[in-house]
Amino acid sequence: MPLEIDHIRKTYGKFPALGGVSLRAEDSEFIALLGPSGSGKTTLLRCIAGLEVPDSGSIRFRGESLLAQKVRDRRIGLVFQHYALFRHMTAAQNVAFGLRAKRGKERPNNRQINARVEELIALVQLDGLAGRYPSQLSGGQRQRVALARALAIEPRILLLDEPFGALDAKVRRELRRWLRQLHERTGLTTIFVTHDQEEALELADRVALLKDGALEQVGTPEELYHQPATPFVFEFLGDVVKLPCEIVDGAAVFAGARAKLLGGSLTRAGSGLAYVRPDAFDIVVGESEGLKAVLRDVVSAGASARLDCLFDGGEPIEIRAPHDVALQLKIGDRVTLRPREARVW
Amino acid sequence: MSDKTPASPTRDPPWLKWTLIGVALFYVLVVLMAPLLAVFIEALRKGEAAFFAAFQEPAAFSAIQLTLLVTAIAVPLNTVFGLAAAWAITKFDFFGKSFLTTLIDLPLSVSPVISGLVYVLLYSIHGWFGPFFIDRGIEIIFAVPGIVLATTLVTFPYVARELIPLMQQQGTDEEAAAATLGAGPWRTFFLVTLPNVKWALTFGVLLCTARAMGEFGAVSVVSGHIRGLTSTMPLHVEILYNEYNFVAAFAIASLLALFALVTLGVKAVLESRFEAELAAAERT
Repeated sequence: MPLEIDHIRKTYGKFPALGGVSLRAEDSEFIALLGPSGSGKTTLLRCIAGLEVPDSGSIRFRGESLLAQKVRDRRIGLVFQHYALFRHMTAAQNVAFGLRAKRGKERPNNRQINARVEELIALVQLDGLAGRYPSQLSGGQRQRVALARALAIEPRILLLDEPFGALDAKVRRELRRWLRQLHERTGLTTIFVTHDQEEALELADRVALLKDGALEQVGTPEELYHQPATPFVFEFLGDVVKLPCEIVDGAAVFAGARAKLLGGSLTRAGSGLAYVRPDAFDIVVGESEGLKAVLRDVVSAGASARLDCLFDGGEPIEIRAPHDVALQLKIGDRVTLRPREARVW
Repeated sequence: MSDKTPASPTRDPPWLKWTLIGVALFYVLVVLMAPLLAVFIEALRKGEAAFFAAFQEPAAFSAIQLTLLVTAIAVPLNTVFGLAAAWAITKFDFFGKSFLTTLIDLPLSVSPVISGLVYVLLYSIHGWFGPFFIDRGIEIIFAVPGIVLATTLVTFPYVARELIPLMQQQGTDEEAAAATLGAGPWRTFFLVTLPNVKWALTFGVLLCTARAMGEFGAVSVVSGHIRGLTSTMPLHVEILYNEYNFVAAFAIASLLALFALVTLGVKAVLESRFEAELAAAERT
């Protein structure tokens, strides 16, 4: 087991940032630390890098304790959220920094350093920009310099703090794909922090979802999406509509309409609160078994149409439907909404 | 002009602009330039020969020497202190940090005369620690060590104050990055921290130098005005003036003014030459 994080606790004053987090990473695994801001994900990352010292717990790499080592001896590559490039050094000098900082026999000679820097600059596709200063590079380019700089020390683990946080949407998607390819090529155990669930689900082999300094669920993106362990996981990974229901014979019943209860749900008879994805509704024009509402507005831009409805009780609800379904509806129509599937905790 | 540019809603009326510029210029001319010019005119009133004669007097020569000596000790001390204080305040969290920050500004708000008196209280023959040093043959008050101490105290905020805002803005990420890349504290300091603040440090040192050479109040209290021994340039100017030796007084004063002007000139040249680099250092 390359990386074993055991019961890491960290408090700032009285604020508990991490309350006993344990996580394991396999060789070459790509792990996302996902969570809202203040969930402790960056603190955990900084504990692994050595920039924060946990109050208790252990972090081991192939059996040896990382906490016993100084930051400079850990050989863990860290790409900072705002890159933290050395502003008075060129891209090439930034990349070379870690090589020049090596001591004694480990330190390569100038020719070797130059060759390695050239190789890394080519790896991150910055050929021709090696002589530029950080202020002369775009956000995406700076991020790749930061990555090359971290890779230069041949890190045992690569850590990325919100790697796409400061970039615009298009550059973000390109870099995401590129980073995934780079990971496949280098095979380096990588942990990245993000608050964007889409990013985590798309990029990671496994996702660790944090809330208030504790792990809510760890699993593959499929597991998290299809078998959420807690309402928080379900809500964090997508939009949710919450509706009261009755549980009868292992199904959720909404005003006479039956919906399938998804795996892991509570099935004990009684009333409960159902969590439904906005796109898991059948929409029927007119009144029948199900939740009665009036269609107030249709927003048909995007992958699916958004329908704003108003329940007869006066509560608003927003659901999503394919465009062909939305086209058959008019604003002001009376509709019946029938959830297809739901989760109850 | 046929086309009239429409008045911008955010632009103030021209009369306000010109009034403000006028007031500022008038003020600078009357309060700053006129006295400065007067110094040079008075110094040269009796011709070049009298002007240069003023510097050949042994007491004047020793005053210049002493001023340079005091500056050469006080400025490096305050540079090291300023760097250490700025580093401590901006890169670490510790108890009493805001108190220390406030304390650094103290010499700017306290009258230099008081700073001088404090040293007299501490180190004079009747002072708290004075007898201890005097018993061991070390004279502080009415001697060079006292002048160095007083000058150091009065000028110690200048380097730290230039550095602290910049270092605060730059944060500690680059130092952290250097550590993850395997660099030790000294390497990080000399290759990352110091180059990032080199201009602010230069300006701080220049200001500190200008101030150290010109310090009068605190030095006046501790020096004892022993002509040719404990008299710095500003004190020597006073002595000459009190002796109605106006030409010599203004000649020494003009040299002091020249030091100050050169210091400011160097600062201005550096600023304009490295404008781009300065801006880059402040960008985050």
